[in-house]
Amino acid sequence: MIEVKHLTKRYGDKRAVNDISFKVERGEILGFLGPNGAGKSTTMNMLTGYISSTSGQILINGTDILEDPKKAKSNIGYLPEIPPLYVDMTVEAYLNFVFDLKKCKLPRKAHLKDVCDLCKITDVRGRLIKNLSKGYRQRVGLAQALVNNPPVLILDEPTVGLDPNQIIEIRTLIKKLGKRHTVILSSHILPEIQAVCDRIIIINKGVVAADGTADEIAKSITNEHKMTLRIEGPTHTATDKEQIVSAIRAMDGIKYVRADMEREKGIYDYDVETDGKTDVRRALNELCNKNGWNILMLQLSDLTLEDIFLKITMGEQFDTASEKKDSKKPQPRINLVFDGEKPAEAAETSEADDKGGEQ
Amino acid sequence: MGAIYRREMGAFFTSGLAYVFLAVFYVFSGYYFYNEVITSGYTDTSPLFKNMFRIVLFLIPILTMRLLSEEKKNRTDQGLLTAPVGLWEIVLGKYLAALTIYVIAESVIFIYALILGYLGDVVWATLLGNYFAMLLLGAAFIAVGLFISSLTENQMTAAVFSMALLFFIYLSDSFTERITWEWLYDLALQLSFYSRYIEFTQGVFNLTSVLFYLSTAFLFNFFTVRVLEKRRWS
Repeated sequence: MIEVKHLTKRYGDKRAVNDISFKVERGEILGFLGPNGAGKSTTMNMLTGYISSTSGQILINGTDILEDPKKAKSNIGYLPEIPPLYVDMTVEAYLNFVFDLKKCKLPRKAHLKDVCDLCKITDVRGRLIKNLSKGYRQRVGLAQALVNNPPVLILDEPTVGLDPNQIIEIRTLIKKLGKRHTVILSSHILPEIQAVCDRIIIINKGVVAADGTADEIAKSITNEHKMTLRIEGPTHTATDKEQIVSAIRAMDGIKYVRADMEREKGIYDYDVETDGKTDVRRALNELCNKNGWNILMLQLSDLTLEDIFLKITMGEQFDTASEKKDSKKPQPRINLVFDGEKPAEAAETSEADDKGGEQ
Repeated sequence: MGAIYRREMGAFFTSGLAYVFLAVFYVFSGYYFYNEVITSGYTDTSPLFKNMFRIVLFLIPILTMRLLSEEKKNRTDQGLLTAPVGLWEIVLGKYLAALTIYVIAESVIFIYALILGYLGDVVWATLLGNYFAMLLLGAAFIAVGLFISSLTENQMTAAVFSMALLFFIYLSDSFTERITWEWLYDLALQLSFYSRYIEFTQGVFNLTSVLFYLSTAFLFNFFTVRVLEKRRWS
């Protein structure tokens, strides 16, 4: 449906996008994830033919966007970062204009009614766009992208500036649209991408840093597997803790173990990381049986998308920075927008990961 | 093209710009009609057209200033440029909308002709020739204004710069007389918007002048298309 080959965009000496290649199949929802300034919007502007590429090729439905722009563009519905709305028009007049602009052949009244119903803007059809709230404007922007029912939808940060209710509404709508359209969606909001997209491409500094489902990316980034165990020892004291830690550490395929907090009285949690090749759960059971310990809880904790994102986009740069300025400065990764998540908590967990020491 | 033309026509009237343009045009043409034609006792409308050159010079930039600059500023150009329409369609849609407003303004002449017809005999050949000359002048100047509007994001900049350029075109005639090199003098004379226009008002229908105005209009629309094209490649 969409094929991008070795796409590069240079502004002077700066490479905003550097040799990006990917493919999107019909009916797929692809998430474009990256920090601000990573090249998301530039890529989308090239996909839609708003700006040209310095080199590389973009095929929309088999049509090269530079060779036959009209045909390629007629397959795309685009919602730019700032919706291209004429604020002096009513919603009705604006959508009619877009209908004509796209040379749409569908029955006008019925089609526009469908689009308005889908985006829930039927009740504001007669109002001037300049009098609409941000949420409604965003929805009108989405509606204009949907006019003419294009097989490909490209949405640049569609939920930016909306309130939580509206965000959920738009996400549900995008999911619904993903059944009939190919959707490319960009965002720097992690939960959004995770909630909506089938596949994720992480862009950092103009290059594709990762491509795949959240699970696949997690696997490719790290072959470590983590789990949390809660084991009850016989004496309910700290001696249990030390015994358990050293016993587990002696097992095959364990990369590291550390005792965590005392969750119940005299019972500790243990963070265990394996090499990813050995399944140690049965061996753990045996070990505990042999020593007369009880496993009260076993929880596999793979990397979250957030961990992956931080690892990829800030990776080395962060590690060196944190070593030097650890005590002085708050962690730079908190600066990222997590939208509804708790940034402080995220920073805490990642900090613990980085130190990675045993207790 | 039709969609852009219709939207632009709508915007001219909802923004009130069309009303301002038409009102100012009617006031000045009315003034010159009364002062140069009625009071002279002749039914010759040429003095009216001759004087309107200066008014058109300042009014056309008002008409063209926001055509492309505002699209860029509000990022609505993104909607146009990613829609399945060609650059020529975008430029011509806007150009023809401005030209339509101009023609509506200019056609007030026919009301004056009716008044003259009541007072005496109207020389229709001169009147139509003048009307046509003014139309050509507008066609060329609107293309220039549209081109300048494509260069900036600020409508005031577009307006001021267009006025300055058109005024310079008007003033350049007084330089021409002082040019001593013959070839340059000839060239400057060939490129004179004003003397070609005045020739029309004197009753000379010069086909090269018609071509001159039309090719200016084409050339500047072409430049505008190139500006939009270049923006994609920068």
